[in-house]
This record gives sequence, C-alpha cells and structure tokens, in this order.
Amino acid sequence: MGCVKFGENWEQSAADMIIDATYEAYDDAGIEPREIQAAWIGTCQAGVRGTQLAVPLKLEYIPISRLENACATGTDAFRNACYGIAAGVYDIALVVGVEKTKDTGYSGLETTYSRHISQGTWLDPEVFVGMPAQFALAATRYFYRYGLSYQEGKTVLAKVSVKSHHNGTLSPKAHLRREITVEQVVSAPIIAWPLGLFDCCGVSDGAAVAILTNPELAKRFREDYVLVKGLGVACGASQAELQDDYDFTHFEETVVAAGLAYAEAGVKHPRKEIDLASVHDCFSITELINYEDLGFSPRGRAREDVDAGTFALDGELPVNTDGGLKCFGHPVGASGIRMIYEIYKQLQGKAEARQIKNATIGLTHNLGGLPGRFTCAVTVLGR
Amino acid sequence: MAIGIASYGAYVPWHRLGPGTKGWSFTTEKAIANFDEDSITMAVAAGCNCLDGWSREKIEALYFASTTPPYREKSNSTLISAALDLPSETLGVDFSSSIRAGTIALQTAVNAVKGGTRQVLVTAADMRVPQPGSELEPAIGDGAAALIIANDNVVAELEDSCTLSHEMLDVWRAEGDVHMRSWEDRFVVEEGFLKVLPQTVIKLLDRNKLNPKDITKVALYAPDPRRHNEIVRKLGFDPKNQVQDPLLNGVGNTGTACALITFIAALEKAKPGDRILLANYGDGADAFLFRVTEEIVKRRNHREVRSYVESKKILSEYETYAVWRGLINKAPPTRRPPFRTPSPSALHREENKNLRFQGTKCKQCGYPQFPPQRICSRCHAKDDFEAYRFSDRRATVFTYTMDRLAPTLDPPLVVCVIDFEGGGRMFSIMTDRDIDRLEIGMCVEMTFRRFYTSEGIHNYFWKCMPVRA
Repeated sequence: MGCVKFGENWEQSAADMIIDATYEAYDDAGIEPREIQAAWIGTCQAGVRGTQLAVPLKLEYIPISRLENACATGTDAFRNACYGIAAGVYDIALVVGVEKTKDTGYSGLETTYSRHISQGTWLDPEVFVGMPAQFALAATRYFYRYGLSYQEGKTVLAKVSVKSHHNGTLSPKAHLRREITVEQVVSAPIIAWPLGLFDCCGVSDGAAVAILTNPELAKRFREDYVLVKGLGVACGASQAELQDDYDFTHFEETVVAAGLAYAEAGVKHPRKEIDLASVHDCFSITELINYEDLGFSPRGRAREDVDAGTFALDGELPVNTDGGLKCFGHPVGASGIRMIYEIYKQLQGKAEARQIKNATIGLTHNLGGLPGRFTCAVTVLGR
Repeated sequence: MAIGIASYGAYVPWHRLGPGTKGWSFTTEKAIANFDEDSITMAVAAGCNCLDGWSREKIEALYFASTTPPYREKSNSTLISAALDLPSETLGVDFSSSIRAGTIALQTAVNAVKGGTRQVLVTAADMRVPQPGSELEPAIGDGAAALIIANDNVVAELEDSCTLSHEMLDVWRAEGDVHMRSWEDRFVVEEGFLKVLPQTVIKLLDRNKLNPKDITKVALYAPDPRRHNEIVRKLGFDPKNQVQDPLLNGVGNTGTACALITFIAALEKAKPGDRILLANYGDGADAFLFRVTEEIVKRRNHREVRSYVESKKILSEYETYAVWRGLINKAPPTRRPPFRTPSPSALHREENKNLRFQGTKCKQCGYPQFPPQRICSRCHAKDDFEAYRFSDRRATVFTYTMDRLAPTLDPPLVVCVIDFEGGGRMFSIMTDRDIDRLEIGMCVEMTFRRFYTSEGIHNYFWKCMPVRA
C-alpha cells in the first residue's frame, strides 16, 4: 500500500499525489507497474473517468473504473476491486483514492451541491443543509435523548477530538499534528451549533493506494500480507426526512453495513474481537455515534467508554490510531483507503510510535451523505 | 345578490425598525420584511391567512396589487396562485404602478363578481425601499392584505363605491429607480391627498345621503400619521370612536396594502349592521361603503392584524436592514460557493412540490410524505398516492442546528427537522426566529419565502418559523 502526506499540498496536483502514493505501493508490494491488470479510482472531485489514473501512471490499455460514493468513495472502490479479484477475473488490481480539495478556494469542503448533484431546482436538503449542520442535527438530538447538558455533551465530544489529536502527533503523514485540550475544544468558535471548530475534521489534499491480489498469490509477494475478511456497504433511502420515527441518534446504514462485514468475517462480538478500528470521524459526534452503531458500546453509553479511555491508543479498543479524519483531514476519495493503510500498517507491526500490541483484526468505516441518505462502507481486515 | 367581502386576512412582517434600533434616527416604528420576503411572499402569507378554513374550489381569479412586484416580465399573480394552491383555472391578474392598486383591484374584483365570476381573491403587498435618511423613510413600511370578493355569505356587503382619477406627480419611481422621489410637501399634500381624497369621500356620502356620523368606522389611507390626523379632521370624523388606526406608526405606510390592512383591522372588530367606509389615495382616490352582515361572527377564525402588530422583533442594528435591502453589499461571513441558478424546466416540473407545497399521502398505509414520492417510504406501495398539502399544517421541531458556515443574510442559518401534525416530516430552514429561543419540541408553522435569486430567477420555497402569537 501507499499513502502520501495529507495536508494543504499546494505544490502537488492530484496526478502528483496519485503517482507518489502508487509508486510507494509498487515498492511496498514489490511489483512492476505492468503487472497491474485492472484498476479503480475513487474520487469525488479529481476527475470523472478512469483515464484520470491511466494518464499520470501510464497504465496502458487496461480496464479502469472511476467510482464516487460520497465519503465511502475510496472504500467502495476498494470493495469493487476486491470483487474483481474474488471473482477470479483479475489476479492483481490497483485501487487509488485521491482528492484535491484545496484548489477550490473554500476553507470547508466545496460540498457536493456545487458540483455533482443535478438538482435542477437546488432546493434539496443536500443543498441547504451543510455538512457540519447535517451532523450537528444528530448532536442536538443525541444530547437531548440522553439527557446531556450542553456542557456535558460538549465535553464528551471534546474528549473524542483530544484523543485523535494525540494520535495525530504520532502520525508523520497526518495534516494536523498537535495536542489540544478539552477546554480548547469546548471554547472554540461554533461552526454549526453545538459543533465547534475542533469538533470538525480538517480539509486536506491526499491520496492513498492499495494493490490487491488473491491469498495464494499474496504469499509469493510477502509473508505479512493482510487479508480482506469482510466488506459491507449500505445506502439510506431518505428515511430521516420521510419517516418521523428516524431517531437521529443512530445511523442504520452503519448498523447494516457492519452487520454484513461482521457476518463475512465471522465477527460475533465486535467489542471483544476487533483489535483496532479506523472509523469515520468527519465530526466528533459521528465518531461517538459510530461506537454504538458498530457494536463497540451499548446504545447511549459511548460516553462511559470515552470517559474510561476505551478508544485511546492504550485502551481496550483503540480507534483512529493515526489521528483519523480529525488530523488527516478528509480528502473524500482518499480517506477510506488511508484508513485501510493504517490498519494494514498496524497489522504488520509497522505503525512505529503508535503501534498497538497484538493486532490481528482491524476495521475501517466510512459514512457519507445526509442523515437518512448515508452511504456507509465497513471493511474488516485481518492477518 | 349581495356582493362584498367573504373572507379577509392581513400580514405584517415580524421585524421592525424603531427607536430601539441602533442607527435608526426616527421616533416612529415600522414593520420591515425579512431578507427572504418580498411582495409575492407577503401576498402569499396574507392569502394563507384569508384562506384559513376556506374552500379553494370556488375561487376563479387571483388579483395581485403591488408597486414592487418581484418580476417585471412574467406574471406574479400566477406564482402567488400556485403558492396558495389555487385551481389552475384561476385567472391571475397583476395590478401595479399606483399605490392605489389595492383598491383598484378590489373595485375590479367587485365588477368581475357582478359579471358572473364566483369568487376573487384580491391580494396586495408592498416592500418599497425609501432612500435612507429621506422624509419618506420613517413612514414607509412593509405588509400585505388579502380579501375574498364573492356574491354570497359576505361578511360585509358593498353598498356603493366611487372613484376619481387625478394625474399628478406627488410620489413617483421611474424605471430603474430604487427609491421613491417626491415633490415639495405643500404641493403634494394640499393639491393631492387633502384635496382629492375628501372630494371622493364626500361624493360617496352625498350620493348615499349619509353624514360622517352615520359611519361606524372609517379606514382611511394617509401617507403618514400627521396627514392622517388632518384628513380625519377635515372630513369631520370623530378620531376617538370612528377612526380605525391605520398603524402608520407601528407598521408604516405599506403602499398598496395600507388602506386594505386598515379596513381588515376594522372588520376584525366590526359588528353586524356596522357601516365601514374605506378610502384610498394615489393618482386619484377610491371610496367604498360597506355594511357588515351577520356572517361576520362566523368568519373570525383567522389571525388578526393586532396579533401581527404585537408579535414583533425590533432589529438591533439598521445595518442589518441595509444589508437585507442591498443598500450595503456586505461580504458573507465565510467564503462559500455561489448559489446555482435553478433550472426553469425543473422548477416547472416541481411546481406542486416547491410552490403548492404538496407532498403525497399513501393510499395503502395512509402515511403523508414530503417531498412527493412514487414509492411509499413506509409500505413500498407504488404510484398509489393522493396529493397532500403541507403548507397549512403546523409542526414540531425534532432537532435543529445553527449553521454559521452557511451563506445567508441572516446568520446563523437555522436548519431543523420538523414533524408535521398528522404525520410526515422534513428538513427545513427556520426563519423569523430568535436564536435564543430555539428548542426541541417547539411549534412551528410554514411560510413561503424567497430562498435566493440567481440570473433573475427568484427561487421560492417553504420555510418554517415559530408560530406567530
């Protein structure tokens, strides 16, 4: 696998990042570019065709597909490549996730509404409900449902961000690499009430790459290959805006996608069996709700696990060991594969200062879109 | 056959400029439309108020009177007609140019009903922008009125009316002008308002062999409070008992809507048998004599002018108003992509959804849904729905946020999820709200607003707002 340093990469184009991440992966796998039989590129904004990969990498006359699926873009491209291998159609496939967000001129994400959705009237909630607002709606309801005062809610969310920022300091490829305090998070300017600046992930450029093969061939490349054990994707159908029993304190897409991936991987007790996870932390509240939806914490009780340090680097189930979206930022197409990169390195014991002990099963999770219209992708990886 | 007013309802926006506003140098208070309001949205608000509990089937025409119609070419009345969910056979007519257009529309509606039209919904709204600091600024306010003219079950029967045309330049606005211009006050008042309006009123009274004391209430237009006092005195009405307060201080001179709002306020207090005189001025004058009927007691379920006047928010800074009216081109709080131009073909296709605010109610499971669906979100039945209007339904807030990143002229953007009484929910933007008084479970009502304008296309849609008291 390969992954560039995420950040405001003013000097690098999307093509530059694709080349750097892919050549790191070639080196890591010990293969030649001409051995790639098929490729997938996951991106929301950096091009709309497979040629976006062929041109910079000079992949000549092979099948390449471009895939976009909101924040799950990278992971879904990865999933499709896995199926190409699993079906026996290809022996070796390349998956690239890439995004160049910093050329848009906006400090937040330009958001999907301005480019992608052929909305016609531009009156859809995806147009007027900005991304921080989408998840702030969940935060407001979560606080209300579980009886958290504003201060209590803000504090538990702050602890999530503080944990991620600590892990980010140990991640050389992360964008944001400094410690923050609970007090800083709670008193930061509000972006979408109740979420403040430090409840929101960064906005960065980045690219990450995986090379896939089947388990038999993998042994010929290396001993410490990592297995894909389970894949799940689930999409919402506007339940949040149509059905008045949609609760905004859990996201069913995650529950279903995780269920699919757990079933494939044979995971019955996620909290016990999963050693580490990279979960979608576009906002602190998202990560908190993910703990419950992924089966790590009982409903309404993620707060107790946050207070107990369960998800810290030295905790029972470390989450976002590399600093997550919080510190890497969220170059949308790249994020899912960046998460897989972290699990891959951890399972190989190559995570350096942030290495956790005895990691054998890891999980990645992406969630993108609007509540009720999320696309969720969950991947279980193992040694 | 008694022709007259069958239903009535006014609208006054929530915001005010007044002595509590920093940068407001006048002693008067006046109502101003929010940044997302215009004459169309205010006419819709008054229309909704007037149509509350009223069957729409018999309405055959929708008149819209305004000197500030948002579209110069393209009908404004058809848009209002759609937002009010009137039948597509409704004849839409735009009356414009004169601030007397409201009563001109009323007179035309009476003539139409005499000619066989069953019911006409007359709306009048204005949102004029006086030049900052000008003599007109303290007096000009924003508001709307709506009346249904019919030939049965009228609450006030029209006994007689008369009109007088008078060509003069007193207050005017030419093509391309943002603000009104006016001539010397002495000329404007003495040769215009104080001359022409009394002539018309006296003619009407004389013709009906009535004295001023025979009138229960007069609803008189005047450009400002001082001139109102003068006209009352000149006509010999008792200011204490006979005169309906035209709200010139409090709401302001609302142009085409002004005299009609005053008339509606008089109807709201009227008793059967009362005689109400309505008189309006602008490029001439109109005067109407109404006799209140027994029906008045049945038609009192709408929102009164008084409650609109009492429910208000004083803007803390004049600058906010200046930004809303485009008098100051203030940068947005954050750099965000520009709004995209809506597609007219998509707007046309989605008229029922965006303007009529119709969702669908599943005939199989009965669940109402917005936006309209073809496959039921609950039971998955296909193409088995009936249209279901959400605009007159109240809702409660399920969750909300205040987005400080969103581009809006009234930050923060309050985004919420609301649950309608009777079922159904939607993501909605909340307007006319106090951000310190937001809470889960609060009750909201729906209001038709202009989301934004791009390439001359006003993109209208429904927002929610806390229920006006």
